[in-house]
Amino acid sequence: MLLLSRLPKLLRSLLLAVLLPVPVLHAADTPRQTIVKAILTADDNQKRELITSLVGQGDEAIRELFTAWRQDNLYVYTAPDGTKIPVELSGDKDASGALTATRVDTGEPLKDAAGQPLHLVAAKQAAVEHDARLRLAMKNVVDLLDLGSPLLAKRLRAIQTIGAAQKPDKLPALLARSALETDSKAKAALREAIAVIELADPSDDVKLKGLTELRDLHASASYDLIKTARAKGEADAKPAIVKAADTALAAIDQHKSVVNFFGTLFRGLSAGSILLVVALGLAITFGLMGVINMAHGEMITVGAYATYITQKVFGEGMQFTLPFVKIAVHLPGLHLTGWAYQLYFVAAIPIGFLSAALVGIALERSVIRFLYRRPLESLLATWGVSLILQQLFKLTFGSNNVNVDSPVYLSSNWTVYDVTFDWNRVFVIGFAVVIVFGVWLALTKTPLGLLIRCVMQNRTMASCMGVRTERVNMLTFGLGSGLAGLAGVFVTQLGTVGPSMGQEYIVDSFMTVVVGGVGSIFGTVVSALGIGMADQSLQQILLNPVMGKILVLVAIILFLQWRPTGLFAAKSRSLD
Amino acid sequence: MSSPTSSHASFGARHREFLVVGVLLALLTVVFPVLNAYGVISNFTLTLWGKYLCYALLGLSVDLLWGYTGLLSLGQALFFSLGGYMLGMHLMLLIGPLGSYAKAGQNPAGLPDFMVFLGHTFLPPFWRPFNSFGFAAVMVFVLPGLLALIFGFLAFRSRIKGVYFSILTQALTYASMILFFRNDLTMGGNNGFTDFKFILGHSLDDKITGPATMRGLFVVSSVVLLLVCLFCHWLNGTKFGLVRQAIRDGENRVLFSGYATAHYKLFIFVVAAMIAAIGGALFVPQAGIINPDQMSPAKSIEAVVWVAVGGRGTIIGPIIGAIGINALRSWATHAYPDSWLIILGAIFLVVVLFLPGGVVSLPAKLTSLWRRRSPAPSAPAVAVTKPAPDRA
Repeated sequence: MLLLSRLPKLLRSLLLAVLLPVPVLHAADTPRQTIVKAILTADDNQKRELITSLVGQGDEAIRELFTAWRQDNLYVYTAPDGTKIPVELSGDKDASGALTATRVDTGEPLKDAAGQPLHLVAAKQAAVEHDARLRLAMKNVVDLLDLGSPLLAKRLRAIQTIGAAQKPDKLPALLARSALETDSKAKAALREAIAVIELADPSDDVKLKGLTELRDLHASASYDLIKTARAKGEADAKPAIVKAADTALAAIDQHKSVVNFFGTLFRGLSAGSILLVVALGLAITFGLMGVINMAHGEMITVGAYATYITQKVFGEGMQFTLPFVKIAVHLPGLHLTGWAYQLYFVAAIPIGFLSAALVGIALERSVIRFLYRRPLESLLATWGVSLILQQLFKLTFGSNNVNVDSPVYLSSNWTVYDVTFDWNRVFVIGFAVVIVFGVWLALTKTPLGLLIRCVMQNRTMASCMGVRTERVNMLTFGLGSGLAGLAGVFVTQLGTVGPSMGQEYIVDSFMTVVVGGVGSIFGTVVSALGIGMADQSLQQILLNPVMGKILVLVAIILFLQWRPTGLFAAKSRSLD
Repeated sequence: MSSPTSSHASFGARHREFLVVGVLLALLTVVFPVLNAYGVISNFTLTLWGKYLCYALLGLSVDLLWGYTGLLSLGQALFFSLGGYMLGMHLMLLIGPLGSYAKAGQNPAGLPDFMVFLGHTFLPPFWRPFNSFGFAAVMVFVLPGLLALIFGFLAFRSRIKGVYFSILTQALTYASMILFFRNDLTMGGNNGFTDFKFILGHSLDDKITGPATMRGLFVVSSVVLLLVCLFCHWLNGTKFGLVRQAIRDGENRVLFSGYATAHYKLFIFVVAAMIAAIGGALFVPQAGIINPDQMSPAKSIEAVVWVAVGGRGTIIGPIIGAIGINALRSWATHAYPDSWLIILGAIFLVVVLFLPGGVVSLPAKLTSLWRRRSPAPSAPAVAVTKPAPDRA
């Protein structure tokens, strides 16, 4: 009676009046005590009433005890002082053939006067009897047990199952439950289940009431049941029902299309944001610097593995062996739990950025600086780098994907008007906004940004003016790679983390930058969102992710016919 | 954008290079099959080398575009695979009646097994003409050529060049790959085509007659490669060939001189696609399999590696590169399975950074290095005057 006891007294007694026609039960009785009473009562009718009174309770003990009852494991033990104590006998038989006895009323072991656990021989106790009607009553209670489960998911499943069965005898239980229910999702589910059961009612008025309710609920899960009801109405020549069913179906259809529209919009926005986060680094290295960095995908991988390592360090620590040099690295773990552990993701953001930026700077110093005037060759050389890095990842972390946990603050969702907003996707959208703003600030409002822009416009002239172009190149490439690392941190929440994960993003990122117009950060933003939206809408329309992707690629090729230099190309009069 | 790697070689050197290629290939054509027939070279090695020759054709098609015209196409693996798929369709139709479904009596129409598996009961209409070898052979040229024509027309018309061209061809390849992965294209999906048994009535997998067919295929591949080399050599000598190299070295100047550079590029793009397609068509019966992995963007870039390593802008370079890298791969994937990719990547880095002319430029580089170094220890005057007696 846990749930009941929380309600105001008046309401409670009212409810009990509805639930329990027999006022034998004291309000404070636990389900176990009720079962004890049922066992000890001699009157069969009262037994059934007591059992039925447990409908709507969520206590798992009820299932356990009823199972024991039906399997003849319940006995009545008569204590030396004459009181009768129902017990459940279980466990293995000991030398004398006795079993462990558990009190039905408390779930504690049965003890004698000295406080020692008692072992009883089953044959010497009075078995608790049961007949077919009692078993039916118990089955009813167990069937409806999940309705009162403290777990929301279990409760929802139970409500849906009961509704879909369309059995009118379950209606009172649902009604009782809906009075107790506090969760809005479960409430809506209960309303839907009740309405669905009403659909099966022989009376037209009840049917119409159910249909109206379903129309108001936009119950898309019950679409087929409404159709069945409509077909039946048609067969019975009842135009009112057919009309009501049609209205309900139309309302559901409209609701579905609205939900789909906003769902697609949200998914498109989040897909575009992922693309944007991934392509922004490339917009700097490729767009501003003109370096075709085929190892850009591996910078994303660096960020992802940095997240993985951070997570491990916050947890139990990790060990790995560096390939070739055979140096075993042992990172001790901080052994954090709870919120402190969950914060690993926040720590991973700067770590991912810095590690990818360092790898990028190393790559720039060792390879790319020799190739600024040979863009096609930088494509080939960095592809070689990408192969080497992929293999190094494989040798260090293994060729299987590694598992990065989602922190709790990213692994849930909001449901607004049936549209699901996953927190990780909402976060990616917000994050994309933040880093685009950050990059814009860095490029336009800082001294380094000024130097970056002037070196990218005319390297020789900047050098003549005393700008240390080598250093600016290095830092710019580091910034671009670091942004890829940030993208890596985020894709751990959305995709798999493995040695070749970077390859999945490379073609898309290059397309995004080319469509946006090389050299234009704003163009990259527009094209990333555009491609993301187009991709998701085509998937929704074609119901086929691959064809959608192919169509987008073809559309991009055709788009470049119309604007060969992309959406927002930097205007220039220079010729090669 | 211009690259100094293959400055227009002098007339004599050009012919000398071709002569070397011709003699080597002619020797290969004769020697390998003969040695195989007498059991000196194993069947496995012969087939392996047959595949290398097909890769050499792919390398030449990249070289025609990149080395001679300055177009870095990352889509040649697509044309290679398309050529392979066209012939593969014919070979698949031959084995349908021998497949496991047909044996179980569940395949009255004699469809390839994968179609029966997917629930097809009759041959899709576009597969029907492939019952004829002649049609398949023509399609090996037509389909890749047509695709190259359409894509090239669109790309060159809007003057997409340089890196953009590379990225677009890569995207085209990528799109095609995910398309071919789909089962409803009825091109074998993931698994592609495999298990071929016959070609033109000759067995491919028979213990006794199979090796003879493989020898035949080897000779055909080798002869085709020789012919393509001859074609490239001839093309280099024509006015067309010269304009093409001028486009590579300064497209705008050629354009302003009144040449429609787009037409030149389109022609060479289509020709290169067809050469890659022949390579693919010859590859399929020898390798015994074709699947969408062959058209992954990585395969295209790998073909560019062969050309870069061998030496672009030469005819012999891509052949050396394709055979050399693939032979190295066959050896290294067994000897050093963990570091093979690192070796490949490192070769690539080293070649791009330090040896832009590829392996073929190595002798010339070493000679010049030698000439610069050798006079240093002694007085230059002595070095210049002394050599004459040695030669006598």
